[in-house]
Amino acid sequence: MRRIYRKIEQIVGNVITVVAGEVSYGELATITTPEGSSLAQVIRLDGDRVSLQVLAGTKGISTNAEIRFLGHSMQTPFSKSLLGRIFTGSGEPRDKRPAITENLIDIGGPSVNPVKRVTPGNMIPTGIPMIDVFNTLVESQKLPIFSVAGEPYNSLLARIAMQAKVDIIILGGMGLKHDDYLFFRDVLEKNGALTRSILFIHTAADPTVECILVPDLCLAVAEQFALQGKRVLVLLTDMTNFADSIKEIANTMEQIPSNRGYPGDLYSQLACRYEKAAAFEGAGSITILAVTTMPGDDVTHPIPDNTGYITEGQFYLRNGRIEPFGSLSRLKQHVNNRTREDHRSIMDSMIQLYALYKESFEKQSMGFRISAWDKKLLRYGERFEHEMMDLNVNISLDQALDLGWYILADCFQPAETGITTKLIEKFWPDNTRMSIA
Amino acid sequence: MGCKCGSIESANCHCGRIVGINGNMLTVEFFDSVKQNEIAYAILDDIHLKAEVVRTRGRYADLQILEEPKGLKVGGHVDFTGELMAVELGPGLLTQIFDGLQNPLPGLAKQCGFFLKRGMYLDALSRDKEWEFTPAVKKGDTLSAGDTLGTVPEGIFVHRIMVPFSLKGRYSVERIATHGSYRVSEIIAELQDMKGFLIKVSMVQKWPVKIPLNCYHERLMPTDTLMTKIRMVDTFFPVARGGTFCIPGPFGAGKTVLQQMISKNAEVDIVVVAACGERAGEVAGTLREFPELIDPRTGKSLMERTVIICNTSSMPVAAREASIYTAVTLAEYYRQMGLHVLLLVDSTSRWAQALREVSGRLEEIPGDEAFPAYLESVIAAFYERAAIVKLRDGTVGSVTIGGTVSPAGGNFDEPVTQATLKVVGAFLGLSRERSNARRYPAIHPLESWSKYWSIIKSEDLKLAQKILKDGNDIAQMMKVVGEEGTSIDDFVMYLKSEYLDAVYMQQNAFHAVDGAVSAERQRYIFNKIVKTFGTKMAFHSKDEARTFFQILIQKTKDWNYMAMESDEFQKIEAELDKMIGEVAKNAQNIPEN
Ligand SMILES: Nc1ncnc2c1ncn2[C@@H]1O[C@H](COP(=O)(O)OP(=O)(O)O)[C@@H](O)[C@H]1O
Ligand SMILES: [Mg+2]
Repeated sequence: MRRIYRKIEQIVGNVITVVAGEVSYGELATITTPEGSSLAQVIRLDGDRVSLQVLAGTKGISTNAEIRFLGHSMQTPFSKSLLGRIFTGSGEPRDKRPAITENLIDIGGPSVNPVKRVTPGNMIPTGIPMIDVFNTLVESQKLPIFSVAGEPYNSLLARIAMQAKVDIIILGGMGLKHDDYLFFRDVLEKNGALTRSILFIHTAADPTVECILVPDLCLAVAEQFALQGKRVLVLLTDMTNFADSIKEIANTMEQIPSNRGYPGDLYSQLACRYEKAAAFEGAGSITILAVTTMPGDDVTHPIPDNTGYITEGQFYLRNGRIEPFGSLSRLKQHVNNRTREDHRSIMDSMIQLYALYKESFEKQSMGFRISAWDKKLLRYGERFEHEMMDLNVNISLDQALDLGWYILADCFQPAETGITTKLIEKFWPDNTRMSIA
Repeated sequence: MGCKCGSIESANCHCGRIVGINGNMLTVEFFDSVKQNEIAYAILDDIHLKAEVVRTRGRYADLQILEEPKGLKVGGHVDFTGELMAVELGPGLLTQIFDGLQNPLPGLAKQCGFFLKRGMYLDALSRDKEWEFTPAVKKGDTLSAGDTLGTVPEGIFVHRIMVPFSLKGRYSVERIATHGSYRVSEIIAELQDMKGFLIKVSMVQKWPVKIPLNCYHERLMPTDTLMTKIRMVDTFFPVARGGTFCIPGPFGAGKTVLQQMISKNAEVDIVVVAACGERAGEVAGTLREFPELIDPRTGKSLMERTVIICNTSSMPVAAREASIYTAVTLAEYYRQMGLHVLLLVDSTSRWAQALREVSGRLEEIPGDEAFPAYLESVIAAFYERAAIVKLRDGTVGSVTIGGTVSPAGGNFDEPVTQATLKVVGAFLGLSRERSNARRYPAIHPLESWSKYWSIIKSEDLKLAQKILKDGNDIAQMMKVVGEEGTSIDDFVMYLKSEYLDAVYMQQNAFHAVDGAVSAERQRYIFNKIVKTFGTKMAFHSKDEARTFFQILIQKTKDWNYMAMESDEFQKIEAELDKMIGEVAKNAQNIPEN
């Protein structure tokens, strides 16, 4: 069977077309030019015309480049020796150490049977009150961090990586600035966490479509570790680059765009990746935190919009803080009924009061007369922002809840908080003096 | 004589050859004839991958493949079955969880472990389980499609074994099985048509999912309120048995939680849940929760009245389209037994997107947001399958359909929401503002509507609606003129609307008592609130008014959390009466502002 071809019929965008036989859908090929070689994936078959998406881009590819079909779809090695290693977006070593070739596994495998999913029950404490108290992160959860360019999302991601109690961290960089790549590597190294980490890094300097494989590589490896009983945290940054690569290919293939140039299957494409987050009965779990920068700070843009419909909540990062409004962990109710009995009430009423504070703040800035109630709210809001929302606060959940009561008692009468009498009787601080470590 | 496809030695081969693959669309050259929407299998080594014919042109058929197409090749063999996509109907559907093609997922898990495996198709109904059959007819009786031959107990229900729905005309019973235990595939009756042709009937039959099942006498008008036990729905935006409703809302606004609440508490016999293109984790949650929850109406676990059809977001997209039809066909089947069935779909937008993907690959002329031009008629036809019907034996059954809609960007002005609003009887629109303010369920009180009857008297309802509207107007105005520019009367009106919102419209989904409120209790509380609003109130200052309402809200919320039979319920009620009494007394001393 002939597997090598040297005649490219068409090059459009990052897609090439060759005439070839016996090629299967999804198969991988290598394209070799004098400058080097790239992987390419079969994305359409039409009679004997085969269209391939070239991962390193088609720049400089000549019509007589060598195309060799590999007879399988994309694979990655999997073994413990991946730990501590750094790879490129196409799975080549980036750390100048030897390539790993053992135990190849397919990427983009089938989905988990829904009946085999375990209801998530373990909180992942992060030490960040805006997460632990208000939007608890739960093992097996998939959560994006919606952010605009310039926000410290990568430092937040790094901090969660350091503080979260998990076994293995897999970092997937897509279009990552080289500085940010070094930042992650150094932070992990400095905290001695690199040895439990695996990095697949596609940087902004690499060909753009090459980032398309990064989530699948990360998640295939994560899945294997999870099946071996490990709790894996997958950090992806930035999924917007991934989605844009999908758009680019779809446009090249002349698919009819559905919304602002994005293809109609953007939702399904993203879901295939995010749904890999799971907890396995009798084994480990995969949790995904994925930065999604919002073009133009617009959450209705197709990328954040589709993402929000898929993920189990979202964190909005704005002005260096996790916004209480809009941010949401949908799995929190699986765990916050087993933390402390006042957890849910504190969570609800502090947010409701903060919303009222916002209104009072508005009034104040519009120059309206401020009532006694507004004054209370203004005082409360300021303290809340300062003592709870600041991302540098690093305290345990218990401490954070105590702090919540302390702030409430300091600002309000019990009835003003809307908390049930039962909890007030139990938790309302007697006097407003309380020590917070 | 060999087959033209060359790969099978068969005289009347019904097959084809793949000539193109584009995503989940196969182009297949066929040699004999094909039917629109017939099922075919693309063969990849020893794996058979299900596909459905969606278009034919000349010798070529376009097939949407219902599985991941990876590995298929041009030249690959395709077998056509000649049958439309159909489901198996018979005892044993309840408590099950199927994928969109009616594969039992627990069965798949047993065979394949953690992951789904493409090309694995199992019987929807167990072939081993025995059912205790009691005949309902005797030899010589004349029957037609949908008439009952006998019954088997299925959990808490009497499951009717019926004359196959596909039979036309009248039949006489030649033989009927005696009382005893039978497997679904055993012959339990022989029927003879008017020409003397004999038909063997078992307890399982097939029905093509895209064709509505309507072996009933007549369709009735949906008038009875379907109690969901959600105050805001039953009181303000009710749903009727046999009617339709939709729940559009941006992500995170609470569509799924609202549907889950309804699936738990709705006063119907059977609930069919279609998890369509959304999160698998949510289905897994339901799966674990339902067997543990007791249905107060039957004393049995909720699972006994539930069927789940599950084609979540990472499962094959084309099968997602099928899943909706699978679900509604199962619902219609149980309606045929004189039962009230509720079908909940989450989310119909994912189904519409599946249609869009197919349409795009077929290169049809796109409409708005690239949805196909026929989107509206497809949505309308789907909701039309909801109905309350009188069966030929006089019993009444219903299918009520409620679907969530996930509009792009949360903007209701998009094709799927708009097409849905044209055909449904109730619109429960969720608002981002309300969900951000944690005012759950976040149904927008002013934008939502229902064409069905509320459980509350309409003049009381109008009063409440007026208070909401006035309160909202005043709140808008206060944003401009501030509190000081608002009269105390207006301010009190605003507080009243906030009170109604806090203690009646908001409801804690996760609370044992507050999570499900009976019609009786809704009426009781509503009357109390109406009475409160009828009481003349006057306050010295806005702060005094605000404090009064804050305490009133807290007490009423406490009240909501108490079982109606409990002493605390009465105690808090007395306290509420006292508060209202006092403020009414004060009103006589304070001059009108
Ligand atoms: N009735 C409710 N009571 C309390 N919390 C709710 C309620 N409805 C929704 N929520 C919160 O909002 C989150 C998102 O709700 P969900 O129904 O999943 O949204 P959607 O399906 O619209 O995307 C839930 O995980 C929960 O935290
Ligand atoms: Mg949902």
